[in-house]
This record gives sequence, structure tokens and C-alpha cells, in this order.
Amino acid sequence: MSDERLVGIVLVSHSAEVAASVAELAKGLAGGGPAVPVAPAGGTESGGLGTSAELIAAAAASVDRGAGVAVLTDLGSAVLTVKALLAEGDELPEQTRLVDAPFVEGAVAAVVTAATGADLAAVESAAAEAYTYRKV
Amino acid sequence: MLDAHFFRRWMTATAASVDREAERLTALDSPIGDADHGSNLQRGFTAVTAALEKEAPGTPGGVLTLAGRQLISTVGGASGPLYGTLLRRTGKALGDAAEVSPEQLAEALRAGVDAVRTLGGAAPGDKTMIDALVPAVDALGDSFTAARTAAEEGAVATTPLQARKGRASYLGERSIGHQDPGATSAALLVAGLAEAAGE
Repeated sequence: MSDERLVGIVLVSHSAEVAASVAELAKGLAGGGPAVPVAPAGGTESGGLGTSAELIAAAAASVDRGAGVAVLTDLGSAVLTVKALLAEGDELPEQTRLVDAPFVEGAVAAVVTAATGADLAAVESAAAEAYTYRKV
Repeated sequence: MLDAHFFRRWMTATAASVDREAERLTALDSPIGDADHGSNLQRGFTAVTAALEKEAPGTPGGVLTLAGRQLISTVGGASGPLYGTLLRRTGKALGDAAEVSPEQLAEALRAGVDAVRTLGGAAPGDKTMIDALVPAVDALGDSFTAARTAAEEGAVATTPLQARKGRASYLGERSIGHQDPGATSAALLVAGLAEAAGE
């Protein structure tokens, strides 16, 4: 099976290291299935803590295979920047969605689900469901 | 009537006051935020003036849409998408007109402020930029100077409030007693309007 139709995942964090590490973690836990396109968009363009609209737009374009793009964020400006870009209408691929999910657990659920060839709605709901998994 | 030159003066005046007040904004952001508000906005408005210089949009809506886009792209903190959305939505509401009346500007700014409220989910009294912007837009029907005064009073009035949005909200009651940096920079933006009008 080719990865042509897999949903793409973008992980937006204030920290480049956090975004990259969560991407590695999610891909690692997804196992040996088809390679889900996952791109981190962490920190500012100058390498500091913060959010970069340019990095987010580039990451989304890089994972777009025509099946939609699920964007997961940490907090604050990461959330607001993605929302502002979605409101703009032309800076992110068509069928890009901000997914309301916990960052780490949601990323794992999203990548594992996307690897099955699930559509964007299924990826979104799997990631959002991670909120309901209680640890104690 | 207000033309593109007026709107460029507004952005230039705001950039200059953000430059002057950057250290104060960052200082206000230190006890209740992450101490980057001044430098973030400074970077954003520097990019705004550079882009306006380069592209020289010919309509009020064009000036604000370009400015908003620059802020979203360059600020790096929550104030980028918030101010970016404010200016961009206001610019879109002004459309392609070469000149707009102060009444049209007031109406467009109200649409911009509404978009910010939708984006950030903040209501008046949450200790945010909304606490300066809402009274300013309400007073804009009287004069630019009245709007400026209303924004400044709104910013000062955030001091006794407890933050309910953003990073400051994690501090709970400890956010009380500090003037909100976002409301303070919003007052600078409104003051820039009065300055552009020569008031």
C-alpha cells in the first residue's frame, strides 16, 4: 500500500525539541505499518521558544498527500496561530483541521490511526478520544 | 475621510510607540507572563512598517490586511495571531474602498474585536486586550481622543482583575495587582489612531 492517501500529521509546540521528539515517539509507537507523513513545527524560526506561522505552513504542505492534514498543538500561541491561519483560508492545505487533543497522547493516537489508512475524521476522533483516557 | 495614508500613519505611529514602550511591556509581562510581550510586538511592528514601505497598499483595507498578516507571521507569541486577526479582520471589513469614514472604521474595528473575542475566547473582565479594545471601540463614535482615553482607562482597570485567559490565568489570584500587558499594548494601538488623526 502506498502512503499516497494517508492523512498527514503536524505537531506544533513552543519548543522545537518537544515537537520533534513527540513526532519521533508517535512514529516509533506506530510500529511497522505504512509510514505516516508526520512533520514537527516547533519553536520560532530563529530557534527560540514560541510559534512560527511559516514553520506551520511549511510543515502542513510537506505532509499533505491529499487526504487531509491533522494539526495538534500544545497551548497558547500555538493554538491561536493555527486558528488564525485556518481563518485566513489560503495558507494551509485544503482539509486541514486543528484537532482538539492532548499533545503527546493525541499525537500517538493520530499517527497510529492514520497508519491504518483511516480518513481525517477518524484520525481526529481518535486523537480527541485520548482526553478520556484516565491514568488513575 | 480616511485614506491609505492615514492608515499607514496609524501603523507607523503604533510601531514607534511599541518601540518606545517595549521595555515597559516586557516588564509588565514578567510577573504574570513569559516576559516577551515588548520584544515580540517590536519584531512584529518592525515587520509591518517594512512591508508597508515595500508594498505600499493603496487602500485602508489593504494596509490593515497586510499589517495583520505580518503580525501573524512574525510575532511568535499569542499577541501575533490576536493582533493579526484584529487588523486583518478590520481590513477585510473595510473592503476595497479608497477612503472610509470614521464611522465605517468604527464599525470595521468592532468586527475585528469580535473576531479576536472568537479566536481567544476572552470576554470583558478576563484581564486581556479586550478590556482596552471594547471601551475604545464604544468611544470611537465620539472621537479618536475619546477612544484613546477609554483604552488607557480600560488598560489601567485590568490591574485589580484576576486573569482568566492565557498563561497569566495559571497564576490564579496571584495575577491580581498587575496591569495586563496585552491591554496596555492595545491602548498603544488605539493611541496610534489618535496620533494619525493629529489629535
